[in-house]
Amino acid sequence: MSDAIVLTGRTIRLTRRNLDAVLTAMLLPIMLMLVFVSFFGGAIHTGTEYVTYVVPGVMLLCAGFGSANTAVTVTHDMTGGIIDRFRSLDIGGTAILAGHVAASVLRNTVATTIVFGVAFLIGFRPVAGPLDWLAVAGILLMFILAISWLSACSGLIARSPEAAGGCTFLMMFLPYPSSAFVPIDTMPGWLHGFAEHQPVTPVIEALRGLLLDRPVGDSAWQALVWCGGILVVAAGLSGALFRRRTA
Amino acid sequence: MTHRPAVEASGLEKSYGAVKVLRGVDLSVAPGSVFALLGPNGAGKTTTVRILSTLTPPDAGRARVAGFDVITDRRRVRRVISLTGQYAAVDEMQTGEENLRMMGRLTRLGRAEARGRARELLERFDLTGAARPTVGTYSGGMRRRLDLAAGLVGHPEVIFLDEPTTGLDPRSRQAMWEVVKGLVTDGVTVFLTTQYLEEADQLADRIAVVDGGRVVAEGTSAELKERVAGQRLDLVFGDIAGYERVALRLGVRLVWSDADRLTLGVATDGSAAHVRALLDEIDPERRAVDRFSVRGATLDDVFMALTGHAAEGESGAEGERRGAEGESRGATGEKEAAGV
Repeated sequence: MSDAIVLTGRTIRLTRRNLDAVLTAMLLPIMLMLVFVSFFGGAIHTGTEYVTYVVPGVMLLCAGFGSANTAVTVTHDMTGGIIDRFRSLDIGGTAILAGHVAASVLRNTVATTIVFGVAFLIGFRPVAGPLDWLAVAGILLMFILAISWLSACSGLIARSPEAAGGCTFLMMFLPYPSSAFVPIDTMPGWLHGFAEHQPVTPVIEALRGLLLDRPVGDSAWQALVWCGGILVVAAGLSGALFRRRTA
Repeated sequence: MTHRPAVEASGLEKSYGAVKVLRGVDLSVAPGSVFALLGPNGAGKTTTVRILSTLTPPDAGRARVAGFDVITDRRRVRRVISLTGQYAAVDEMQTGEENLRMMGRLTRLGRAEARGRARELLERFDLTGAARPTVGTYSGGMRRRLDLAAGLVGHPEVIFLDEPTTGLDPRSRQAMWEVVKGLVTDGVTVFLTTQYLEEADQLADRIAVVDGGRVVAEGTSAELKERVAGQRLDLVFGDIAGYERVALRLGVRLVWSDADRLTLGVATDGSAAHVRALLDEIDPERRAVDRFSVRGATLDDVFMALTGHAAEGESGAEGERRGAEGESRGATGEKEAAGV
């Protein structure tokens, strides 16, 4: 446990020295939000202010961009000399990976808060109460945790940091064919099945419901099941992959 | 020595797929000594170090480090060793001091202790000026020294160094040698691998020569030199008759021969007296030998003498070419061998 804390500190220090990667990961969702709200928003009818509609999607994009960096840093460690040093000090894979994931969660929490701030500046006006906000934070945290483990998992599969960056592309693309930016019923029919049942949609729906004080229905528990499932599978797979790579 | 060996291995075997990397390695290293595993690329040096440092399990054989079995007692082995591999195990984006402090915390030192140990090591490895900048700005030599320092934070008993000076310029190599020599004064055991004869010679109390996954010779530097010689006397003959006559007479004492250039090599310590005596002995009529040169023995010579063949594969080919270019500096030859 103390190893994991030391290694989390290490990854945070490394992040601070690589600020351009963090800024890119934060500026991209902000830029996309500005583009969507000011260029496309007028043409998209969602029944509410578009900025309010789009914020949950931007949050998930932000988490995707933010955790993609974890894949790169994990691959970097695995392909460099430091992994042998850690192992010869009897530091286990769990501590090493947990360090990366914990740093990713912290980094994303800061980024998400900043993106929320920008959203407020450009007219985001949710009507959520304190309990709703707590639930929003909980769901976002679960999503970030799940996607960070998934990212660590990609980092263990990839053989080079560049390949690791590519692995995370899918995660960043996933919010587009969902209800994040446009209502699903405006998409072509063949996409409906996927868009309605992919993991991002219930997360978006739950966040949106909570922020706008609308009934969330099944989407809240669906979101938690998806995130929990991804988390368990990705963490388990990461452990197995780590053991295989270091055997 | 009455103590148990710091490192002992018997019958270590390891294959990667169809490639047999180790074919039964036996070793014994006395505590408080420097031991060098000398051999060309692909001889099995790194694999041996990985097995001894618990990172890779052997297919067969047993090994103990500081008295603990590397397989059944892995955790206790890990508590008393450190490994500095061929690839730098420090973070480029952290400063030298941060790297060392992190290692201190990971070896269960308290915050203040870790800071103190970092400062102490930076000072000892002549890196105090480099404490603040990030490692990315370091020279190759500084990075290696920091890497080695990072391995020492937890006061290991046995230190494994896998090719500590490969890729360093001569000055940094010299500095690294001084650092390694300083380690044993603390009573630790150093187990290093190298492709450089000179390095093993400078640092090691005992040397094991490995080739094709086996230890082909083991002994002190002086013992090995008796068989290999530190220098080589190359004799260029005026005609093929003289070349052949002397080649026949020298027989097994030949460590080098090149009929195309009418050149024969014999071992020498490089002293004027020895070279004069050799010349008198080989060419008493003072007619057969046209010219001579003295050069440092290379790993190829060691191999020639110990195994009866040139270091396998590309490294052998390099040896041939080097002969063709007529280079006479051992250091150049060694650098080429490293580049293979």
